Amino acid sequence: MLTINHYIKAKTLEEAYELNQARNARIMGGMMWMRLGNAKVQTIIDISGLGLDQIEETEHVFRIGAMCSLRQLELHEGLKEMYGDAIAESVRHIVGVQFRNQATVGGSIYGRFGFSDVLTCLLALDTFVELYDGGTIRLSEFVNKKRDKDILVSIIIRKSDRKLRYSSVRRTKTDFPVLSCAVVTGPVHGKETWYFSVGARPMKAAVLEKEWEIPEDLKEEELAGYAKEAAAGFTYGTNMRGSAGYRRHLAEVLILRAMRSILADRTQEGK
Amino acid sequence: MEVKFILNGKQACVEAAGDTILLDVLRELGCHSVKCGCETTNCGLCTVWIDGKSRLSCSILAASVEGQEVTTLEGVKEEAEEFGTFLANEGAEQCGFCSPGFIMNVLSMVRELEDPDTEEIKEYLAGNLCRCTGYMGQLRAIRKYLQWKKEEVRS
Amino acid sequence: MRVVNQPVPKVDSQALVTGKGVYTDDLAPADCLIVKVLRSPHAHALIKDINLTRAEAVPGIECILTYKDCPDRRFTMAGQTYPEPSPYDRLILEQRVRFVGDAVAIIAGESKEAVSKAMKLIKVKYEVLEPVLDFRKAKDNPVLVHPEENWKSLCPVGADNKRNLCAHEEDSQGDIEAVLADCEYVIDRTYHTKANQQAMMETFRTCTYLDTYGRLNILSSTQIPFHVRRILATALDVPKSKIRVIKPRIGGGFGAKQTVVTEVYPALVTWKTGKPAKIIYTREESFIASSPRHEMEVHVRVGADKAGIIKGIDVYTLSNTGAFGEHGPTTVGLSGHKSIPLYGKAEAFRFVYDVVYTNVMSAGAYRGYGATQGIFAVESAVNELAAKLGMDPVTLRELNMVKEGQKMPAYYGETANSCALDRCLKRAKEMIDWDNKYPCRDMGNGKVRGVGVAMAMQGSGISAVDTASVGIRVNDDGFYSLMIGATDMGTGCDTILAQMAAECLECELEDIIVHGVDTDSSPYDCGSYASSTTYVTGMAVVKTCETLREKICARGAAYLGCSLEDVEFDGEKVLDLKNGRSISRADIGNRVMCNNEQALYASEAFTSPVSPPPFMVGMAEVEIDKETGQLELIDYAAVVDCGTVVNPNLARIQTEGGIAQGIGMALYEDIVYNEKGKNYSNSFMQYKIPSRLDVGDIWVEFESSYEPTGPFGAKSIGEIVINTPPPAIANAVQNATGVIVRELPIDAEKIYRGMR
Repeated sequence: MLTINHYIKAKTLEEAYELNQARNARIMGGMMWMRLGNAKVQTIIDISGLGLDQIEETEHVFRIGAMCSLRQLELHEGLKEMYGDAIAESVRHIVGVQFRNQATVGGSIYGRFGFSDVLTCLLALDTFVELYDGGTIRLSEFVNKKRDKDILVSIIIRKSDRKLRYSSVRRTKTDFPVLSCAVVTGPVHGKETWYFSVGARPMKAAVLEKEWEIPEDLKEEELAGYAKEAAAGFTYGTNMRGSAGYRRHLAEVLILRAMRSILADRTQEGK
Repeated sequence: MEVKFILNGKQACVEAAGDTILLDVLRELGCHSVKCGCETTNCGLCTVWIDGKSRLSCSILAASVEGQEVTTLEGVKEEAEEFGTFLANEGAEQCGFCSPGFIMNVLSMVRELEDPDTEEIKEYLAGNLCRCTGYMGQLRAIRKYLQWKKEEVRS
Repeated sequence: MRVVNQPVPKVDSQALVTGKGVYTDDLAPADCLIVKVLRSPHAHALIKDINLTRAEAVPGIECILTYKDCPDRRFTMAGQTYPEPSPYDRLILEQRVRFVGDAVAIIAGESKEAVSKAMKLIKVKYEVLEPVLDFRKAKDNPVLVHPEENWKSLCPVGADNKRNLCAHEEDSQGDIEAVLADCEYVIDRTYHTKANQQAMMETFRTCTYLDTYGRLNILSSTQIPFHVRRILATALDVPKSKIRVIKPRIGGGFGAKQTVVTEVYPALVTWKTGKPAKIIYTREESFIASSPRHEMEVHVRVGADKAGIIKGIDVYTLSNTGAFGEHGPTTVGLSGHKSIPLYGKAEAFRFVYDVVYTNVMSAGAYRGYGATQGIFAVESAVNELAAKLGMDPVTLRELNMVKEGQKMPAYYGETANSCALDRCLKRAKEMIDWDNKYPCRDMGNGKVRGVGVAMAMQGSGISAVDTASVGIRVNDDGFYSLMIGATDMGTGCDTILAQMAAECLECELEDIIVHGVDTDSSPYDCGSYASSTTYVTGMAVVKTCETLREKICARGAAYLGCSLEDVEFDGEKVLDLKNGRSISRADIGNRVMCNNEQALYASEAFTSPVSPPPFMVGMAEVEIDKETGQLELIDYAAVVDCGTVVNPNLARIQTEGGIAQGIGMALYEDIVYNEKGKNYSNSFMQYKIPSRLDVGDIWVEFESSYEPTGPFGAKSIGEIVINTPPPAIANAVQNATGVIVRELPIDAEKIYRGMR
């Protein structure tokens, strides 16, 4: 059972950061996951009053405040325009509307959970996290960074000409994923680059980068070869929801479908 | 600590510890409609509105609702009776234990979505589990209720 | 009929939809002690020492009870009629713990926080013993789950605790070996169904207090108030007269609450301390220490001749009752007795079973009660037979299904007096468009759709055991009080029994008030289980109304000053047919309250020598992703013969709800233990019941037969409705992909592996 001695609603980020340096202090996200644990928290710090619940769109980036709910992410028009339904697809299977009104993007990312759809999805994009003390670093770096007492302030997605596909396999429609998969492609420094992010393997999502020039009319078997190679770039494990072998197979299938869909899209645009 | 918030339109003031859960506070304040079904945010029985949005009161610290508006089924009694009649006319309240949380989210859906289709209804309410009905009767009730509301507006 | 067969809303519906505080925890006194149970971390162990010193010192702790504080009287928590077939193998707390989650100590205190704190401070030393975790190796295992000498079986069910056997029986007719040897086609397969959780939304809970008379009052979410009274008297070693059980509204039961899961704990606390107490199980406790479905492995042999006539069925069931024998000896019987009789042309059958003890949580009663497991096996075997014969599985059933008027040797020799199974099959086939969809259709997008079929039956009460009594009183102004002991758990029995009474008494539903169950004042009823309420209690209502009508006529005649032969009661008034004079029901009601020596009250009991089976056909259409094995349930069509439908809305919801639970069992729900016996499926995060996105579209119709022994021709509906989805969905997968999954749940990975 989670126990909390003190609750403090921070008035500034600075105050929140100072309070959080105590050993048993914790920053509060949506309270979805923390409540399930057995932590003994001396001070819980609520940062919901600091205006971090906005998605700000500029010419170059989307800046998603750490306290934005998953529901905000799901409904955001700008993200939809840029990435189609993919962002919404990455969160709409998560439990239910009430849950998504409450769970925060910051909490999902900060937790670096194995099952995280949000992490899987954002990892494939050109995403950064803004930390109060640690500055702005790549999400892919943050994922593997040791847990510390810093505060995640916002998540920044750099806009660029990229296509995103997100898919997952689940035992029931609102369960944790058996496997989650995001595929992104676009030109990077003039070279066509593919990003593959696979999560819930059941380990947390990791991202793979490939400079692959793939013609739209590539034969299906050859495309399958690429997908196989991408899927082989990850390790897989077994738990209640699926075996390692099945997960590897799912990764191949989902990656192939995403690539096929992106290429078809491009063919369409070419016409 | 002392927490002040608006409960169903009236000022409420409670003493809460750091880890006091809103669900427990609401029940102690006599809002018996708010039920606990799972403790793991999966079932939707404890659904209330915080500043008008459906949320899960089993996972909200009481301290954090300071200054906010909390609405339970007791606070929307008239609408609950209206929709509840459609539900009862299908026999779809059954044991009734999930009904309050479910109705809160239905009323939230009605406010948020304009003329939702079946898939949208199912998706919006996916976080409300029910073990009695198989969900079909609830769906029939919602469709009839939406139809009735449309006709109300027209007339 | 005016009231029966009408879709009236439930009499308690307005309270439920407005969230009134009508459930156990809503009604519990505010000053209740909070009761929690410390649970064993080991699957099998002996408690060597319990140190309570630090725990008892926690401020606010009232008492901590251990096995040393409990009577040494074994009992069963199974809510069954005395003498229970379930063995007396429990103590409230015991030195030996038999599963991860078994009760070790009871802690009562003023607050949740104090109790939780104290629980952490209790120091227990265990001698860890080897557990029996594989139910296939339990029988005659050198490790005994119940080695104790005072273990007791009250009924001859073939139990032997020195062999880990909770029950064993053999039943047969004809020479099954000879018949199968003569068959052209024999299917010989083993099927495995896992334990499943009822997962009613309201977890187990009980509140207890002493009343004005110093008696122990039990306010509990239970299906079996009268059994609770008896079981608690035994467990606590107090006279039954000292106990009163009250059943408020219940947030679902589905059989879970046919076991006394929580009652003993606060009852012991209140009895020892004199203070009110309550226990509210967390969802985790409800998942790790409750009363789930019995895991069963069912070996089926089905033989048919060249023409597809099923000649013989042989079933062997191995059932896992877990640490205790609740419902162990009885559930297993249904796995054969309610599956084999579906086929009316068999010349021989055999049904043998073993029920074994293991060191996992005790099983209990869950809707379907063994029939679900047996029907999955037998119906799946018949579907495999159809494939072997190259025959449409619907055609095979048309050839073989039991028909009205047939004797059913495997169903205790009862005759199917009412059976519309043939019409159910015909209609279900139309609803799903079987002829155009069987066996499968490639959708051209990497997906294939297939259809599948299954039949089912159940009973209506336990013949010659279940007993219901009903009382009806005429009050002033002539309104009626209907007193029942049957327990509405959301199903609507308060309503349908009132409908029957209103029909019999020719009055409006509003003229009847229904009283919830209170063992002090309600007439005896064994409780709501075994699909008994509509049929058994319903007949008690009909009988009571007949008697009451006679009494009303007699009073009316006396007040009119005429002879009984001359009067008629039309529901509103008693009329003297000779002179047209009448006295209204209201006037009679008022007059009997003054200067009257005869209570205007009737009470009758009913028990049935037979248990007429309802019948049903379910058909599923599924879509399967050929690459991933992912399954999407598209449609589920079901047609039920429950005799006369008493309330079409409530019967429909029962059916849809039961089917959704069956879908959960077929596709998603699984209780997973680790190698040490720890239950991983301990929350709704891990034990996945279907959401509204997981059940496809469920379509329900009724094809009614008329059951001559039932009220208005009605039979039961509550349980049968869960039985068809597992075999029908398995068959749809088989027809779509050729993959036959014989172990539930049917998940994507199993289908994928089958396709490889």
